[in-house]
Amino acid sequence: MKRIDRSNKVRSFHQARWNESVIFELSQKGERGILIPKAGSGIEEALRSTDQLLSDKMKRKTAPALPEISQPRVLRHYMRISQETLGADVNIEIGQGTCTVKYSPKVNEQLARLPEMTELHPKQDPATVQGILQIMHETDLYMREISGMDRFTFQPSGGSQAIMTMAAIARAYHEKNGEGEQRDELITTIYSHPSDAAAPAVLGYKIIYIHPDEDGYPDFEAFRTVVGPKTAAFFVANPEDTGVYNTKVKNFTDLVHQNGGLCGYDQANANGLLGVTRAKEAGFDMCFFNLHKTFSTPHGCGGPAVGATGVSKELVPFLPAPLIDREGDTYFMNTDFADKEFGIGKVRLFNGVAPVVLKAYAWMRSLGAEGLYEVAKIAVLNNNYMFKKLMEIPCVDAPYTKGKQRIEQVRYTLGKLTEDTGITSGDIQRRMMDFGMHYWTSHHPYYVPEPATLEPTETPSKEDIDEYVATLKQIFEEAYNDPEIIRTAPHNSVCHQLDESEMDDPDKWAPSWRVYLRKTQ
Amino acid sequence: MRKIGFIVNPIAGMGGRVGLKGTDGVLEEALIRGAVPSAPDKAMRGLRKLLSQKNNWQILTGEGELGERISRELEFKTNVVYRPAGTKTSGADTVGLAKALVLEHVDLILFAGGDGTARDLVAAHIGETPVVGIPAGVKVHSPVFATHPETAGELALRYLMGNKRRKREAEVLDISEKDYRAGNVVTELFGYLSVPDGAGLLQNRKAPSPASEASAQREIAMELIASMEAGVAYLLGPGTTTREVSLSLYQPFTLLGVDVILDKKAILIDATEQQLIGVCREHPCRLVVTPTGGQGFLLGRGNQQISPAVLEMIGPENMIVVATTGKLAELQHRPLMIDTGDLKTDDAFKGYTRIITGFSASVVYPVRSGSASYISNS
Repeated sequence: MKRIDRSNKVRSFHQARWNESVIFELSQKGERGILIPKAGSGIEEALRSTDQLLSDKMKRKTAPALPEISQPRVLRHYMRISQETLGADVNIEIGQGTCTVKYSPKVNEQLARLPEMTELHPKQDPATVQGILQIMHETDLYMREISGMDRFTFQPSGGSQAIMTMAAIARAYHEKNGEGEQRDELITTIYSHPSDAAAPAVLGYKIIYIHPDEDGYPDFEAFRTVVGPKTAAFFVANPEDTGVYNTKVKNFTDLVHQNGGLCGYDQANANGLLGVTRAKEAGFDMCFFNLHKTFSTPHGCGGPAVGATGVSKELVPFLPAPLIDREGDTYFMNTDFADKEFGIGKVRLFNGVAPVVLKAYAWMRSLGAEGLYEVAKIAVLNNNYMFKKLMEIPCVDAPYTKGKQRIEQVRYTLGKLTEDTGITSGDIQRRMMDFGMHYWTSHHPYYVPEPATLEPTETPSKEDIDEYVATLKQIFEEAYNDPEIIRTAPHNSVCHQLDESEMDDPDKWAPSWRVYLRKTQ
Repeated sequence: MRKIGFIVNPIAGMGGRVGLKGTDGVLEEALIRGAVPSAPDKAMRGLRKLLSQKNNWQILTGEGELGERISRELEFKTNVVYRPAGTKTSGADTVGLAKALVLEHVDLILFAGGDGTARDLVAAHIGETPVVGIPAGVKVHSPVFATHPETAGELALRYLMGNKRRKREAEVLDISEKDYRAGNVVTELFGYLSVPDGAGLLQNRKAPSPASEASAQREIAMELIASMEAGVAYLLGPGTTTREVSLSLYQPFTLLGVDVILDKKAILIDATEQQLIGVCREHPCRLVVTPTGGQGFLLGRGNQQISPAVLEMIGPENMIVVATTGKLAELQHRPLMIDTGDLKTDDAFKGYTRIITGFSASVVYPVRSGSASYISNS
């Protein structure tokens, strides 16, 4: 069979563009999706009137303001919107560094949509939901093996909530030891995820950030000056967003322990670590995995998700309840483990998002232990292949640890490109959309000038990576020869440049249709 | 119809190429050495970015080389609002033109020059009229300049096209060219100008926009005020971040001087060294300082009234450093600097310090002693 040559081929692309309204604007009075037939006389007699089924307190005074719209129009509406998005199912998805967007096998999605799963209710008698309880219990066991922790909860519904859970556990632990008030400081690094600071801050912790030293590792000398009797915990990602792995992380965790604090490992993205390193051996007391990143569950437009949170034996009594345990052949919801006075209680209803746990379980079972290790190896190989190719381009650089490899992602800098041409990394981001590709800069503030954070994961083939790099290369050439085409981009996307000037103005924010109407009418 | 002020300092940058480290007061020498004007070309590259709006917008400028020639060459609607007295232009013409532009209520001033030109704009008291600097001088240390002539035009365009026009204050810094030529770098803070605040047009999913500098400064002020102790005098050094403390307490202040707050009331405005020594004798003191933009000087630049004698009385444990993370990011991990002129004092204040960056948030950061390690290229 003839093989298609994909070397240096940059794809021609134009995104669908519909001037589609918000669904509320499509509403026409009296229009219906389904006309529900009138109940038969026998049923009506048995129930008398629906009015009597509900008490007056539970009844709405007014009808809900739902859009009135027929089925074909609903279908068209959502199909059009779906055509106006980019993502891993339509193109090479390398450009969302730190997000770990990988291919999630569709068979796992099918599993999660089986009626055996979708028809379950969390309030069912445990005897009737033994299957999912077993899956949750076994997923817990796998996570323990992967991390070295002693127990996992699946209640937190994402990374930030997992971090909040870790901070709440740290507080409970110190309160039990009578040091809750004294230990009010939490240390993190500027290249850990911003939620490692933000979530504990919500709980009232004072946050102290560590900058990198000259080599790009968290500055241990700076760290030493702030660890002490006020330290509640140290939360850090490793590798950090730069893709640099701190091999001396154990020195940090040891110092915190010597001073009575706890250590939490942000392993939201553990794609380069599976089967390679574990939180326990690095000296951590807690860690969490975002199942929608590393464990392929996948990102569902911001949810649903699970931030699986694991802790060492000493901290198990503080975990949110219940946990799933096994006695003989029966799985049950256990609340006895919890410290009744200091346990943190619930962080979410029930046991977290069960279909997400199921998908992660199926993914791990399909790969096995060796397969998970293979995922990490390929993710790191892919990243370092792309790293080498990009670093060969004169206007691309990456600060820190010169000459060394990175783990699963890299934060690059296009400072030279901007200096030479005036084209910024943000401009490149808009131009990449003309080729159907994502490209992400960095969290704010930009400590790395004109940053770009790229993470291939194990999904793309060599040809995919080559195509992504070739596209970037073409845009860099445009920057030097025809910068106007970049400054005025995107040209082939759903919409042109947006006016961001009102983004910081709370008066202009409209988180719902009702708020939008109130603010614009 | 938007009205854009356009100022060109035609001699800016002439000293640089012939090795004079600036053009202030040495234009004749520069001309003898064979310098040719480069600023008009850069000014044109910047102004060209507004061409898409040439039928809608009007350029208000000065006669001839002060901007008129370039504006007309690009076929903008051009309105001359200032004519220089003599044939040779000077800083006085920048001041005169800027004043005329403010009277015309221009929406923004696009100017081409260097730090000296920016100082002329400060001298013209243009108030809150936003400016964008096209880098065309030998010294362009002040963060009122864009990185590139084209970027300057782009920034002006994006700001003027935006529905919400947000500004922030940027420092006007300059080094004494005489000292610079002799090999010493002494930066002084001359004032502030309003500049457009990060008017990006990015489709940036994870980072919709940075919290504005102003709200970051308010957070810092709230943190500081919440921790203020009764009977302790707080010496607030120069800068917009420390000013926010006075503003939040509804107290008078100076932007470039040192103000003293006691029990949440201002007891001294623009204090001298001797006055500060007096305060230190009477009260326990805390010193609140913020680093200079771009260079990161905590002490010894723009706040010399906080002298080694004052610092010795305060002690390093009572120094509180405040800075927004945006300002720290600009330093690119370079350490903060202390250069009081007294090595013993410098040594006492160096080491790691905790910088307050927001409410309940701080950064551990190195402070070194010595003179400037960083000069931006021009």
